[in-house]
Amino acid sequence: MSAVIESTAVPAMSAGRVFNAYLEEARAECLRYLRNPGFLLPTLLFPAAFYVMFGIVMAQPDRAAAARYLLASYGTFGVMSPGLFGFGVSLALERDTGLLTLKRALPMPPGAYLAGKMCMALLVAAMVATLLLGLATFAAHVDLPPSRIAAFYLVEVVGALPFCALGLMLGTVVKGQGAPGVVNLVYLPMAFLAGLWFPLSMMPGVLRDIAPLWPAYHLDQLALAAVGLGEGGIGIHVLVLAGYTAVFVTIAARRLRRHG
Amino acid sequence: MTQDTRIARLEQVSKRYGAITALERIDLDIHRGELLALLGPNGAGKSTSIGLLLGLMPADEGHVSLFGRDPHDIEAHRRIGVMLQSANLPATLKVAELLRLTASYYPAPRSVAECAALTGIDDVLARRYEALSGGQQRRVQFAMAMIGRPELLFLDEPTVGMDLPARQALWAAVRRLVGEGCAVVLTTHYLEEAEALADRVCVIARGAVVSEGTVDALRARIATSRVRCVTTVGAEIAWRWPGVVSAVRKDDHLEIATTEPEATVRRLLDADVALAGLEVQRASLAEAFVDITRDDVAHIHQEAA
Repeated sequence: MSAVIESTAVPAMSAGRVFNAYLEEARAECLRYLRNPGFLLPTLLFPAAFYVMFGIVMAQPDRAAAARYLLASYGTFGVMSPGLFGFGVSLALERDTGLLTLKRALPMPPGAYLAGKMCMALLVAAMVATLLLGLATFAAHVDLPPSRIAAFYLVEVVGALPFCALGLMLGTVVKGQGAPGVVNLVYLPMAFLAGLWFPLSMMPGVLRDIAPLWPAYHLDQLALAAVGLGEGGIGIHVLVLAGYTAVFVTIAARRLRRHG
Repeated sequence: MTQDTRIARLEQVSKRYGAITALERIDLDIHRGELLALLGPNGAGKSTSIGLLLGLMPADEGHVSLFGRDPHDIEAHRRIGVMLQSANLPATLKVAELLRLTASYYPAPRSVAECAALTGIDDVLARRYEALSGGQQRRVQFAMAMIGRPELLFLDEPTVGMDLPARQALWAAVRRLVGEGCAVVLTTHYLEEAEALADRVCVIARGAVVSEGTVDALRARIATSRVRCVTTVGAEIAWRWPGVVSAVRKDDHLEIATTEPEATVRRLLDADVALAGLEVQRASLAEAFVDITRDDVAHIHQEAA
């Protein structure tokens, strides 16, 4: 009996072990999605295929400028999806299938779940950015100096965060099998309206005027600046994206607390 | 003064989902080292009780505690293991990866190898979760529940979808954990599971505890035995004997339900020297369970309480 009573002295969870739990969660989340072709292939291949088609094969008059411009647009299009789908759709599904419930019952450190998904989304965003940079450099002969390559990486990887936040918010609103459809209803129109598929200069005036409403527009402007086609206002675009991120996270946190 | 051995408690707890009352002022204590089985029909409130103890949802009224703490407290959760009724684990992760991840949440977990050996899943450690059969997936979920060396293990319908050998292997693993001092809360539809494992059985029906006690005590509440034999004694005669609840003739057999099996058998043997094929059986837990959760009996019990 004494052994049983002694066991009330629970070994404490050291800070190192808590940190390790965060690492394990991120590792598991990355492995899990990298092994899932249904997630990984469309995420990587859609922006790459668009880039090859419109940036390389069909770009006629000013090849180099078009390839550079579309590197920014399709890069932005590409890094939106790991956040929206990896975060939003998976959260919506896991709320429905009981995985999130189990995680809440287990002593998973608070935050590890979302931090793990965020790491996964940033990793996949880096893969998208690498793939497009490779195509731009070796297939479209876009010549970027190392400083611009570094800036492009920074913008596209960190720029995935606002879309993680948007995905998180959508994932707390929609539940279950309907989530992919809803997320696509946000993703595809926003990509179009922000000028990621066709330059805004080719679009009707009304759409051009409302473009600054969409977070994707601001990320695209930053990506264009990174590849040397910027029109200034970097500080404003960063602020707007940070503001959107804060709003999405606040709404998501409130909903998660209330509804779980 | 004796040591307080209660490690998880529901005190006068009520829980409603909209207009539906899932639990109505329920009291439930879980003691250190015991195996408590929660029995009850679907929708009785078993899973709600577990959900409240795990802090998955708030109680509308009353007090819930886990190791003397708020059930949301992560410190309390580091002392428990959980196997829920339905959880779709990440399909593309390998079994060893799932165990490694779960172990990382706990301060002093078992090793993956030890845990796999204890639960008999050594041979599937390198396989993806999606490639396992339903029974194997349940065993992996059980391994995840026990890898943290919990002091209290929640098993919600653990053996659904398992064949008999797998079920018995899981029972053996549970007994072993209890032998090491781990308390277990088990919900189950399989009465033989409660009979095989439980120190204490708590029957929940319509959001309230309708019976609580040892397996024997539960049986004793429906204190009938069944006596069966080939005899010329008529049912209408046996019916009048003291203790006999019912007597039915089926072909050449007479079946008697009685609260005093010894006296009934003595009378039978006296009345018919040629009596043959005598069988006496205690009521099974299943029979007791059906009786207890029947509306009228539960109603009488509640009025008496």
